[in-house]
Amino acid sequence: MDGFDAFLLARIQFAANITFHILFPTISISLAWVLLFFKLRFVKTGQQHWMDAYQFWVKIFALTFALGVVSGITMSFQFGTNWPGYMEKVGNIAGPLLAYEVLTAFFLEATMLGVMLFGRERVSETLHTVATLLVAGGTTLSAFWILALNSWMQTPAGFEMINGQAHVTSWFEVIFNPSFPYRMVHMLLASGLTVAFLVAGISAYRWLRKDRGAEVMASLKTGVYTAALLIPLQIIAGDLHGLNTLEHQPAKLAAMEGIWKTEKGAPAVLFALPDEKAKENRYEIAIPKLASLYLTHSLDGEIKGLDQFEGKHPPVAPVFWAFRIMVGMGLLMLAVSWAATWQLAPWKKGTERNLRPWHAKLLVAMTFAGWVALIAGWYVTEIGRQPWLVTGVLTAAEAASSVPAPRIALTLSLYLTLYAALIVAYISVVFYLARHRKHADKPFGTGLEDTPNPVTYPQQEGAPHA
Amino acid sequence: MLDLAPDLTQAAGWMPIVFLVVMGLAMLAYVILDGYDLGVGVLMRRASDDDKDTMIASIGPFWDANETWLVLGVGILLTVFPMAHGVILGALYLPVAFMLIGLTLRGVAFDFRVKARAAHKPLWNRLFYTGSLLASWSQGYMLGSLITGFADTWWTMVFNAVIGLALVAAYCLLGAGWLIIKSEGALQLQAVRWARASLLFTMAGVAAISIATPLISQRIFEKWFSFPNIVLLLPIPAATAVLFAIIFRSLQRLPVRLGQGNEYGAWVPFGATVGVFLLAFYGLAYSLFPWLVIDRITIWQAATAPEAMGVILVGALVVLPMIIGYTVFAYRVFWGKSTALKY
Repeated sequence: MDGFDAFLLARIQFAANITFHILFPTISISLAWVLLFFKLRFVKTGQQHWMDAYQFWVKIFALTFALGVVSGITMSFQFGTNWPGYMEKVGNIAGPLLAYEVLTAFFLEATMLGVMLFGRERVSETLHTVATLLVAGGTTLSAFWILALNSWMQTPAGFEMINGQAHVTSWFEVIFNPSFPYRMVHMLLASGLTVAFLVAGISAYRWLRKDRGAEVMASLKTGVYTAALLIPLQIIAGDLHGLNTLEHQPAKLAAMEGIWKTEKGAPAVLFALPDEKAKENRYEIAIPKLASLYLTHSLDGEIKGLDQFEGKHPPVAPVFWAFRIMVGMGLLMLAVSWAATWQLAPWKKGTERNLRPWHAKLLVAMTFAGWVALIAGWYVTEIGRQPWLVTGVLTAAEAASSVPAPRIALTLSLYLTLYAALIVAYISVVFYLARHRKHADKPFGTGLEDTPNPVTYPQQEGAPHA
Repeated sequence: MLDLAPDLTQAAGWMPIVFLVVMGLAMLAYVILDGYDLGVGVLMRRASDDDKDTMIASIGPFWDANETWLVLGVGILLTVFPMAHGVILGALYLPVAFMLIGLTLRGVAFDFRVKARAAHKPLWNRLFYTGSLLASWSQGYMLGSLITGFADTWWTMVFNAVIGLALVAAYCLLGAGWLIIKSEGALQLQAVRWARASLLFTMAGVAAISIATPLISQRIFEKWFSFPNIVLLLPIPAATAVLFAIIFRSLQRLPVRLGQGNEYGAWVPFGATVGVFLLAFYGLAYSLFPWLVIDRITIWQAATAPEAMGVILVGALVVLPMIIGYTVFAYRVFWGKSTALKY
């Protein structure tokens, strides 16, 4: 019984860490590109408000990046402390992919970050822009490698098993395994949407506080337009990813849809309480034949149910619910971003082209909506892979370590306390920075120092301040 | 030692040695680079509020990349020596966890201290200090565990804890040396005083480790104190002693010179401390090779398949020179006395 407890605790600990970690790279990947966009707009137009936007968001970027780095270092150790069997069995594949991530991406982004954050007065404008580009490229490259590995664990390809160890037969097939292109696109769009809503939400927050200079309006429009553009693409990409899952991981898909028995003309379940013991849904509300229609493009297409994967399918309720939270969030994002785009539409003139206050409040409420959808989505795909760690090759239980449960419990409680405190600190500091940002339209280099303290920012006269 | 090795003309024979060297160099780079910024963090508790900002500014553009060397080092252990990775990190479970919590605290405090409201700044400063201290001490503790082969007795734990303190002192010496280079005026003179105090603790620590290590491990004792090894190895402790003497003398002379605005020799304490680290590292490597876990796992037993090592090696050979190149570039950009950090 002790072994089981340690296994469960190790799982919770790793899940907690990876959940905490993913919040921050998701923001830094796309925020780096948004910063590059602000920088390029400034270089091209010479308009100060673009640089102001850059200088506001680069602070949040630096904070986000630091949180991503420290939680990422923790991850690199927890692979070994929590799942020693993982590297022993598939190290020949996971090893090089992780090594390439460190070598090609981590050093590049970490080193160039220093130049990007603090070097603007020490290097030329062009070199500073290049440093920003390299940071953005580094973050994206890092996502490429880690998603290649994650996708390989979902849908392994390009290897053979010799004496219980995986050996590569084709690196191309390992990296571009069946689910990788879909996951990569889906994740990058998720990152883009998370940042779009973050930028829109924080800008709407400043707008509500009558901070309505050119900088805030430019940020607001950047956030809203990006969200409105990306969300339909994400819905399409998500749908294609689902079809890919149906083909390669049918057990996960059956859990997502809550389909217990293999049937033709399967319904789309809108609401239900999946019951693992009775192997059925309770209080089900469903639309007949719809799941077959969107998954097989035929009203009577056959969908494999969970009965086909007895004992080898993931826990149904968490996957089922996480999937609905993600989809619901996506639809909410679609409605909110399109409505905001309508209010801010470029063809409207003068005061017509403005945000309604209630809608600004909605955007503020959805500042971190991307995080909710992101975590729900990752829970679908990661819990959906269980009981496997690497589908068909290695189960999570086989890879677990023999660290005694009390030690894991001790560190787990420390980590959880730390993470909860840091998330609270992060969110409150982001809003704090938004409140204490001086007004835009000031010449560059005055009062922008990050040290000794941003609280010394002069308050613009007449700017209401709570 | 090489009698434990398989045929060295084969990939499975020589590649683990190459990676051991790369991993060792990555860890050495980490200890020196993150060592100085951890040291600055530990020293920060004793600085005035204005000096705190200057001290942070001296490490601001670098700390992030410095920590990446740790990821590379542990990454090679994870990817090239997977069979030892689980054993080592399993045995070091608690100190690793404490180090990670320390690194997390200081990494985020670095940003929060200037971004959160002013009233919270002292709290984040304290966390920056605590995190730096915890991470440094945990690393020293792990170093001790490595030497004692992860034994879990009461005496080895005391030994490990003392090495932890010695490493904190050595990091402070590095950090103070760094501050002498990067700062001016009162802080610079303060850094000289910090360096003097750290030097004494470091010397005591190194002496204690040098005496205790052969006593604790029979194998290391035999490696060092057999003829002709002892004659060939004598230059290592001798050179270490010379370097300590150089640092000592430099710290005596520097205050007068710096007071006159003469920066000549400001690099000596930092440079000579790096020399001490190199020698200590060499001595440690000699003591342990070819074991990853003393008397249990050699580098060849722990290594992954040659084809996987080959793939990583090609990448490392192409990319590492680039990494070193742009690291040098970044250090040149921020060359000279540090200035206030501005976005």
